[in-house]
Amino acid sequence: MLEVDALKKSYGALVAVNGVSLHAAAGETIGLLGPNGAGKTTTVSMIAGLVRPDSGSVRIEGRTLAGDTDPNKRRIGLVPQDLALFDELTAQANLELFAALYDLDGAAAKRAIGEALELVGLADRTNDRVKNYSGGMKRRLNLAAALLHDPQILLLDEPTVGVDPQSRNAIFDNLEVLKQRGKTLVYTTHYMEEAERLCDRVIIIDHGKVVADDTLQGLYRLLPVTNLLAVELDDTRDGDGNDGLRLNELQALPGVRSAKLEAGTLRVGVEDLATETPRILQWLVERGHLYHHVASERADLETVFLTLTGRSLRDA
Amino acid sequence: MMIPFRALVRKDVQLFFVDRRALLMSFAIPIAIGSFFGYVLGGAGDQANQSKIPVLMVDQDRSAISQEIVKQLSGEKALDVKTSTPSEARAAVRKGTATVAVIIPPNFGQAAGAAFFGPEQKPEIAVLFDPSHAAERSMVTGILTGDVMQAVSKEMFTGQTGREMVKDSLAQVEQSQGLAAEDKKTLEDLLRSVDRWNQQSGQSASGGLSSGLSRGLTMPYTTHEEAVTARRNVQYNGYAHAFAGMVVQFVLFLGIDVGIGLLQQRQRGLWKRFRAAPLSRGLLLGSRAVSAAILAFLVVQVNFLFARLVFGVRVEGSMAGFLGVSAAFAVMTAGFGMLVATIGKTPEATRGLSIFATLIVVMLGGAWIPMFLFPQWLQKLTVIVPTRWAMDGLEAMTWRGLGLEAAVAPIAVLLLFAAVFGGLAVARFRWEAEG
Repeated sequence: MLEVDALKKSYGALVAVNGVSLHAAAGETIGLLGPNGAGKTTTVSMIAGLVRPDSGSVRIEGRTLAGDTDPNKRRIGLVPQDLALFDELTAQANLELFAALYDLDGAAAKRAIGEALELVGLADRTNDRVKNYSGGMKRRLNLAAALLHDPQILLLDEPTVGVDPQSRNAIFDNLEVLKQRGKTLVYTTHYMEEAERLCDRVIIIDHGKVVADDTLQGLYRLLPVTNLLAVELDDTRDGDGNDGLRLNELQALPGVRSAKLEAGTLRVGVEDLATETPRILQWLVERGHLYHHVASERADLETVFLTLTGRSLRDA
Repeated sequence: MMIPFRALVRKDVQLFFVDRRALLMSFAIPIAIGSFFGYVLGGAGDQANQSKIPVLMVDQDRSAISQEIVKQLSGEKALDVKTSTPSEARAAVRKGTATVAVIIPPNFGQAAGAAFFGPEQKPEIAVLFDPSHAAERSMVTGILTGDVMQAVSKEMFTGQTGREMVKDSLAQVEQSQGLAAEDKKTLEDLLRSVDRWNQQSGQSASGGLSSGLSRGLTMPYTTHEEAVTARRNVQYNGYAHAFAGMVVQFVLFLGIDVGIGLLQQRQRGLWKRFRAAPLSRGLLLGSRAVSAAILAFLVVQVNFLFARLVFGVRVEGSMAGFLGVSAAFAVMTAGFGMLVATIGKTPEATRGLSIFATLIVVMLGGAWIPMFLFPQWLQKLTVIVPTRWAMDGLEAMTWRGLGLEAAVAPIAVLLLFAAVFGGLAVARFRWEAEG
C-alpha cells in the first residue's frame, strides 16, 4: 500500500531526515516513535506531498507520488499536528470546505460529513462554531476532516497532543474502528503507550534516522531482559550483620539475567517472573535480607529507546 | 477544479462576514471618518457651515478710519471678527483660540492720512498670529491691506479728516521754503484739486448724489469665481474626496488582513491540509486573491453607496469608469495583500510593517492632505504610488464628472501594480512556516 524508500531532507546544515524507509500494508498500523525533533513530522510531510524530499521516493500502490496535483494524493488523509480548523466557522462549514478540496459537494459531501462526524461522535454539534469546542472535540474534528474523501492511508501526526485522557481514549477508539475497516495508519508519537496500544509495528526514529523497525515483540527481543522484579529491602545487611548484598551470588542463580541495587531497591532482570520470583525471595530470606514490598515491571518502548540510543525518550 | 476553487473563495467571504473586526474596519470606520472629513472639508457645498478664520480686532484709535477698517473686516465672509483688548488678544492667539489678532494703535487714522499724501512715517498695525496657521495669517493680511487702503482713501477724499488734512498740507506746502519751485507748484495743484474735489463731493452728497470716490480707493477689478465641477450648477461635494481617501485607506487595510490571514492560516497548519489535497499552488493562492478582490470591490461599493444615500455623492462621470477603477483597485489590493504575506516570517512582525507602509502610501496618495502641500519633488514621486492613481480615478469619476477615457490611465496603472505585487508575492511566498 505505502512504500517509502530512503527519504532524505536537509534544511541548511540540519539533516532532518536521513534515509528513512518504511513499508505499510493495507490495514496495518505503523507507529513512528521518536522524541521531538527526531524527524517524524518531516517524514510524514514528505509522504503527504507537503515537503519535497532531497532524495528518496514515496510510492502508493506502486505509483510514485509526483507533484502537487497528483490524483494519488486522494488516497492519503492527513491529520496535522496543529488543529487545522477555522475556529470562526461551524464544524459543518469547515467540513464542507475540506470535502470540496477533494471535489466533494452536494449529496456526496453531506454523506461524507455525516459519516465522519458520526465516527468521531460530534454529529450533535455540527452547527456549533469550532471556537466553542473543547480541546478534545477539536482534535476529533481534526481527525474527521481527514476522513471525508475516504482515504486508504491515514497519516496521523501526533493527533492527541494536549488532550485529556478521556478524549485520547475516544480518539483511540476511532482509530481502532478505522483499523478494522482496513485503513493503513501511520501514526507519529512520542508517547510509548500510544504506540504500544495501537501499532502493529513501530519504527523508532532518532536524529532523522531509523534505529529500529519491528513489531512490538521484535523490539522487546532487542532487550537483554524484558521482565524486572523490584524488591524494596528493609536493610541491605545480612542476618549476621555483614554489610552489603552479594549481587554476584544473586546473578549466578539460574534464570537471573541482571541484578542491581538502587536506593534500597533491588532490581533483578529475569527470564520468567513466575519461576524466578519465589527463588529470589527465598534467596533473600535465607541470607537475612528482609523486604517490605515486591513488584514486577515489564520493559517497554521507553526501555527499548533507552537501550538503542542511550537516552530517555522524553529527555532526548 | 471549480469545486475547491469556489469553496476556498466562499470560505474567505464567510470568514470576512463572521469577523466583526473586519466588518468594522471595512464599513463602519471608513464611513465614520469619511463623514467627518467630508464635513470638515466643506461638506456638500453648504457655505453657511464652512469654517471661518477667527480674528480678534483691537481698535485703540477709535478714529473714523480705524472704525471703518473694523467694519470692513467684519463684513468679510471668510473671517469671524470679534473685538478684544491687546492683552486678551495676545493670550487668545497664544492659546490657539484665535488664529490672528489685529491691533490698530492710537492715532493710526491721523498718521495713515498723513502718510497717504506725504512722506511721513507710516503707522504700524500689529498682526499677531498663530505660527501653526501661517496660511491663514497671509490671507488675513491680504484682506486687511485692501480694507485699510479703502478706509484711508475714503476718509482722505471724502471725510472730514481728509478735508482738514488737505488744507493743512496745502498750507504747509505754501509756506515751505525748501521745495523746488516746480515741485512746490505741482504739489499745490494736486492738493487744491483734492480740496476742490472734496468740496464738490460734499455738495453732491448733501444733494443726494454719490461720487465715485465716496467709497474710497478700491481694487480696480472684481473676480468671477467658479468652482469647476462636473457640470454647471453641480456643487463640489467634499464627501466625495473624503470617502475616496478613506475607502482607499481602509481597503488597503483589508489587503493587509488578507496577507496576515494567509500567514495565520499557515501558522495554524491549515495550509498543510490544503496542500495535502491534489490542488495546485496557483489555485490555492489564486482563490485567495480572487476572494480578496471580491471583498475589496464590495467594500468600495458599499462605502460609496452610503456616501450616495446620505451625503449625495454621485458618480457624475462615467459609471463604467467608476466600476473599472474600483475593480482595478480591488485587484491591486489583492496583489498587495498577497505581497504582505511575503514580508515577514510571522503575522505579528508583518502587521506593524505593512500598516506603516500603507499609511505612507495613503498619505502620499493625497487621501489625508491635498498633494499641492507636498514639496514639488514629492508631488512628482507620487506617480509611483498606487493610491494616488486610485484617488485620481475615483475623484475623476465622482465629483469631477470626467468620462471613461479619464479612467483608462488609473485602471491601467493599478492593474500594472497588481501584476507586479502579485508576481513578487508568488515568487517570494514561503509555503512552510519558518522557525
